[in-house]
Amino acid sequence: MWTLFHKFGSPPWLYRLSGSILRWLLPITVVALVAGSVWGLLFTAPDFRQGNSYRIIYIHVPAAVVALAGYYVMAIAGAVSLIWRMKMADIAMRACAPIGAALTFIALVTGSIWGKPTWGTWWVWDARITSMLILLFLYLGVVALYEAYENKALAAKACAVLSLVGTVNIPIIYKSVDWWYSLHQPASIKFTGGSTIDPSMLYPLLFMILAFYALFTCALLLNMRAEILQREQRTAWVRALAGERGGN
Amino acid sequence: MHPVRKQRLWLVLFLVVFSSSAIGLMAYALRGNINLFYPPVDVAAGLAPVGQNIRVGGMVVDGSVQRSDNSLEVRFAVTDYEAVVPVVYTGILPDLFDEGQGAVAAGKLDENGVLQASEVLAKHDENYMPPEVAEALEASKSRMAEQAAGQGYGQ
Repeated sequence: MWTLFHKFGSPPWLYRLSGSILRWLLPITVVALVAGSVWGLLFTAPDFRQGNSYRIIYIHVPAAVVALAGYYVMAIAGAVSLIWRMKMADIAMRACAPIGAALTFIALVTGSIWGKPTWGTWWVWDARITSMLILLFLYLGVVALYEAYENKALAAKACAVLSLVGTVNIPIIYKSVDWWYSLHQPASIKFTGGSTIDPSMLYPLLFMILAFYALFTCALLLNMRAEILQREQRTAWVRALAGERGGN
Repeated sequence: MHPVRKQRLWLVLFLVVFSSSAIGLMAYALRGNINLFYPPVDVAAGLAPVGQNIRVGGMVVDGSVQRSDNSLEVRFAVTDYEAVVPVVYTGILPDLFDEGQGAVAAGKLDENGVLQASEVLAKHDENYMPPEVAEALEASKSRMAEQAAGQGYGQ
């Protein structure tokens, strides 16, 4: 197990592995996103109260779910980077941040667009929405902090601490609608007991959540590959790779 | 595991636990401010300030919505099934506002305990279903109510 773990610390190994994963994951992701959107937007019934406007759920919920899960990926990479001082973990942590920020932003914007016709307001400072805004700032904070340091080892250390401290926000976001009185309704998908969303609407939603996880993975790997090449540009294996491809 | 790494692992765990409990305590202390609205039972108990901007949320009482004939004024009441707060609002209500559904009204409480609302938001619940399913549910509910009533007469 430890040998596999240490292999992840090797840039050429990780570069090749991610390349072979992306070769099949990337087309699957594109097909799944298109198929899930068509299923959710065209082949499900309208909601009995909200009509067609509820269909934004097929973007809103997957983006929000993966934005939260992505934070844990970033924090775990941060912990690995702090404990084992592994460069590939630094790269993974840094690569998560802009993707997570983009997903959080999508969740906030679609939520706002959904809120206007249903609740009657674009924005309200309730616990769920405010904690989600804090998540966006945490992601952007990691990007800004990382770029603020000239020394990348120091940058990784500072970002790892920030992302670990920020993990407290994730259960707060998740439970905010149960702990406090909020305008946002409680979760419809429940891990225990029955979900309060009709199965005909739930399956395309779960499908879209999986598609967004795949999208996150693709974006993370692509980001990491770019950063690996950038950092290792003077090494023999990258030069060999460039010679293979470009031949200059 | 290498002792230095083990020590760093403990440091990481300490960091997470310590910051989580600090922020948890803060959220607990500020819980009154984190709530978006007062439930009617708190208003009835006098916990909500009079004459200041507050929000009151709950279910709109069935049959309580009265619209004015010559203006946009609407009167209704919200309840948490323990207390009732009457609300007066002048303006356009959101589409999902309805009797028996959740709503959050923002405004000032007057001396008579009526909320003079400046904004009313609809609060929808976490149930999603196609209209046919909702109709089927409604039908089976009324059937069950009839059955229960029938049994009542039999006794």
